[in-house]
Amino acid sequence: MPLLKFRLEKTGAPLWFRGLIPVITLVLTFILTSGLIIWGKANPFEAYYYFLIDPLSGRVSFLEVLVKSTPLILTGIAVTVAFVSGYFNIGAEGQLYAGALASAYLGTVLGGISTPLAILLMLISSFAAGLLWALLPALLRVYLNVDEVVTTLLFNSIIIFMISAILNGPWRDPQSGWPQSPEIAEVTRLPQLVARSRLHFGFVLALTVVAVVWFIQTKTSFGLKFRAVGLGKEGARFAGINVERTILIAALISGGIAGIAGYVEVAGIQYHLIGELSPGYGYTGIIIATMGGLNALGVGAAALFFGLVETGAQTVSRALGVPVYLGEVTQATMLLVILGMFLLQRYRIRRM
Amino acid sequence: MAVAMLIATLTAATLRVATPILLAAIGETFNERAGVLNLGIEGIMFLGAFVGFYVADITGSLWMGLLMAIISGVLLGILMAYFTVSLGVNQHVSGLGITLLASGLALYAFRLNYGGRSTPPSIPPFEQITPLAKIPVFNTILNQYLLTYVTFFIIVPVSWWVMYRTSLGMKIRAVGENPEAADAAGINVFWIRYGVLTFGGGLMAMGGAFLSLAQLGAFTHGIIAGRGWVAIALVIFGNWNPFKVMLGSLIFGGTYALQLRLQAMGLQLPIPYETFLALPYIVTIIALVIAGRQASYPAALLKPYQRE
Amino acid sequence: MHVVEMRQITKQFGDVIANDRVDFQLRNGEIHALLGENGAGKTSLMRILFGLYHQDSGEIMIDGQLVRIGSPKDAIELGIGMVTQHFALVPPFSVAENVIMGYRESLSLDMKAIEAEVASSARKFGIEIDPSAIVRHLSVGQKQRVEILKALFREVRVLILDEPTAVLIPQEVDTFFRILRNLQEEGISIIFISHKLNEAMAISDRVTVLRDGRVISTIDTSSTNPAELAKMMVGRETFGVTRKGKVVANQPVLEVKNLFANDDSGLQALSNISLVVNAGEILGIAGVGGNGQKELAEALCGIRTPIHGSILVHAQELSGASPSEITATGVGRIPEDRHAGLIGELTVAENLVMEQLGRFTSHSVLNKKLIRKYADDLIDKFQIKARPTDRTRTLSGGNLQKLLLARVLANQPDVIIAPQPTRGLDVGATEYVHKQLLEQRMRGAAVLLISEDLDEIMALSDRIAVMYEGEIVGVLSAQDADIERLGLMMSGVLKENKDAVTQV
Repeated sequence: MPLLKFRLEKTGAPLWFRGLIPVITLVLTFILTSGLIIWGKANPFEAYYYFLIDPLSGRVSFLEVLVKSTPLILTGIAVTVAFVSGYFNIGAEGQLYAGALASAYLGTVLGGISTPLAILLMLISSFAAGLLWALLPALLRVYLNVDEVVTTLLFNSIIIFMISAILNGPWRDPQSGWPQSPEIAEVTRLPQLVARSRLHFGFVLALTVVAVVWFIQTKTSFGLKFRAVGLGKEGARFAGINVERTILIAALISGGIAGIAGYVEVAGIQYHLIGELSPGYGYTGIIIATMGGLNALGVGAAALFFGLVETGAQTVSRALGVPVYLGEVTQATMLLVILGMFLLQRYRIRRM
Repeated sequence: MAVAMLIATLTAATLRVATPILLAAIGETFNERAGVLNLGIEGIMFLGAFVGFYVADITGSLWMGLLMAIISGVLLGILMAYFTVSLGVNQHVSGLGITLLASGLALYAFRLNYGGRSTPPSIPPFEQITPLAKIPVFNTILNQYLLTYVTFFIIVPVSWWVMYRTSLGMKIRAVGENPEAADAAGINVFWIRYGVLTFGGGLMAMGGAFLSLAQLGAFTHGIIAGRGWVAIALVIFGNWNPFKVMLGSLIFGGTYALQLRLQAMGLQLPIPYETFLALPYIVTIIALVIAGRQASYPAALLKPYQRE
Repeated sequence: MHVVEMRQITKQFGDVIANDRVDFQLRNGEIHALLGENGAGKTSLMRILFGLYHQDSGEIMIDGQLVRIGSPKDAIELGIGMVTQHFALVPPFSVAENVIMGYRESLSLDMKAIEAEVASSARKFGIEIDPSAIVRHLSVGQKQRVEILKALFREVRVLILDEPTAVLIPQEVDTFFRILRNLQEEGISIIFISHKLNEAMAISDRVTVLRDGRVISTIDTSSTNPAELAKMMVGRETFGVTRKGKVVANQPVLEVKNLFANDDSGLQALSNISLVVNAGEILGIAGVGGNGQKELAEALCGIRTPIHGSILVHAQELSGASPSEITATGVGRIPEDRHAGLIGELTVAENLVMEQLGRFTSHSVLNKKLIRKYADDLIDKFQIKARPTDRTRTLSGGNLQKLLLARVLANQPDVIIAPQPTRGLDVGATEYVHKQLLEQRMRGAAVLLISEDLDEIMALSDRIAVMYEGEIVGVLSAQDADIERLGLMMSGVLKENKDAVTQV
């Protein structure tokens, strides 16, 4: 009996299909994760209620969503800026720590200045620190054609060792003996935005970065040049764009923004530097950037969604006893489903 | 004699520490030789460690645990191949997605089954085997798990032999250097890449399982803690050659064991211990710069192959 | 009986007829040259023989037996091998490894034994090569020998060589011919595709000339001469001269002096090129592709730095200048590859303004309204069938070319560099491009037209320069454009007095 053969035709998928993609993604993710939820002896529908809906319905949890999104927005945008120009910055994690290091240091030496000034100084220094940490891999790529994926990855590990050495050495907290830096001064902490919540000014900074990057991406010639270089190096070069310089700048800005992510975590949440400051925000940023389609607003939305998932995972865990790691599994599943869909939307399945 | 004993115990520790990373690195060597960078390595090791532990715990059989761990790695390798080879998705993103997925699954299942304990769960691990029990010094060094012997004396040489002395190895290398030429010569680029990712995944998971089933006999959150990235560094350090990768793993294992011992002895050094740990990474970056110049990098690494 | 016989082969690609009822026979043990210009159908015919294409109609017989060649694998099994201009080699592998790759299917490889086998095979055919040498370190000529050895190792009896001497330096050509003679002695029949008449005459026993997809003639080499062959290759009826108006004499706008440049592999591609283009004239650079035209266009457009020499526009030195500087001097640059020269994922409007973003921004903010209007204007004026918001990669070839023309001509440039402007376009689009170039000429621009299409050159140029192996081998004015002479120059037979280039 002849098998039904299908072939994938490379034309745009019908528009109605493309519009449904977010819905299909969610549904598929739900189906795939419900197996795990059932194993956890819970009802998938109930779980997803606590997962995605409940956190938005309460003041405390809603604000917590925003808190959790803050660093993700920043790393997501950082990665986006680089990826758009074709520079695969896998080092956002390390650049984040560089910014955190700078902030933790400044936080202990800046005293007797106003908070706005402190914010400005620490913002600039964390950006600079992240930029500097991104510099060597960027130079290696642009001038020696050394692939940036592995170099930025290795730099992540190196700075984590550096921080471990610092925290176990000169910066070990003299009072507690734990490997954590001394607390930063009051004035250098990011102000609370809403009373009785952890939401801090860093969230505003994150949104500002989104707005600025969105503006640059969509409304300025810089944004157009960055995109041109990422989408067609030869065409960009022919049109007179300095491709090497553009990639270098994109890489450095990317590092700087990731550095800001480190700043907001130190100055807004932890108030000192610890080795576990980031549970992989830099890597998650890559996933968020992909899901947001490398577009500032989309990435912001994806980051907020991931923040929701992280908060929701805790809610589900408390309510139904399902392990909190459901969050990570859902994020990963959603990414893989979307990756599959990205390509599917470029093809059409035709019966042969 | 004390010095000899010290060196012997350090060597023994080196071999032990190096094993899991070497396994993963050999797997990744095959991947990169065929032109694929698998950033899922960290997650595959982690899930391998958990699956091995969990299955061993509920079945009571360490070997069963190891087997299931390898299978989990194979499945993840196939998943990675599906995304990067069949769908042509960006390799870094799919690799990181798989790391996230595998880690998440492992932690979820771990919490579900072992949640709420104050100490990590443990099981009796594999026994160490001492073939030369009567000979001094050697009986200290060669006091290893079976898997260690297998890794160093079987897997590494066989991998080298396959890579450089068989037509399969030649096909893998051709695919990683010039997939168009390989395709024109009748080599099936897709099958080769699927194959290495599957095989690599199995080895990576085996590496993870070694940690939970042999070295520690336990499972914790931080059981892998970046060893996957070390493996990637080692592959480059070793210039994509199994024997050199083995050498790199010994250097890494050695510095790790050394700094651990020095710390245990309470020695204070002018430089922080982390310098030793960071050294392999720094050397790898230098190796990359040199490799870039000499072009001994598998030329097609990271470029997905689309046949028009 | 012929070793290979192709009967009434016809192959069409869209509107273009690549092969039109072609008959071709290869006798056993002969070296048969296949001559013709670009687009004559030679490569297409051989790709059909090697199984890369499938003919629309016609038959192929090997040793008198009707065969179906569905893929290169089939061809190789039938004893047919092909060496193309782009080598399929793995650089870090040795010669021996490259030769057996994909062919030798044993589990374990005894490299010593294999190297010995390859060495003896090489010796048998008189090919000097070290089987253990790493391909990356070989010269182009040596790499070509590896490719030939690959085919021979697979025991082919018919060897197709596509423009084999295009990549060789003169000294290597002699070695190459010696090898061909050795192969002939070993009973291999050879088909030699070329546009270089001297070489074809030197090595071949018989010659088949193709033009516009048809066989003009198959003839014994000994009974013909270069002039006759050249005429067959390029022979045409009369052409309409569609140009009107006079050239503004003695007003050089673009001057190239003693230009030297290398190609991507570091080999010399341009050799002491000097030329002048005056205002209101079209200088056509004729020649078969691969003789340095690409590198010349790239040097003039600022994406290839010359080794030596100067490029002057309005007496301003532009050699080595950046693309932006060149555009600013009033040069309109059209990229040779319209897909690489544009950014497919960006919109039509974005590509139109990409070269001069400064005009459309204030303090770096894009004036989208202005861009939109500019794009609308150009789309209208140049009849581009697209909307400003369309993704550029969705446009047809003709519309892409119109886009490139619009981008360049909107600024009323004084110099226009137009390499292969109608390559791959249909009749309508081609006519449109020609009309635009002629209008620019009337306007007083200096147009440098580089084309492999001799009809186009003849129809548009006021003067014609011919490039061969990186040099200008002759310049003729339109009235003196003698098809025979052009053909001989394009085939490297004739090299005129080079001073004619700088005279007006």
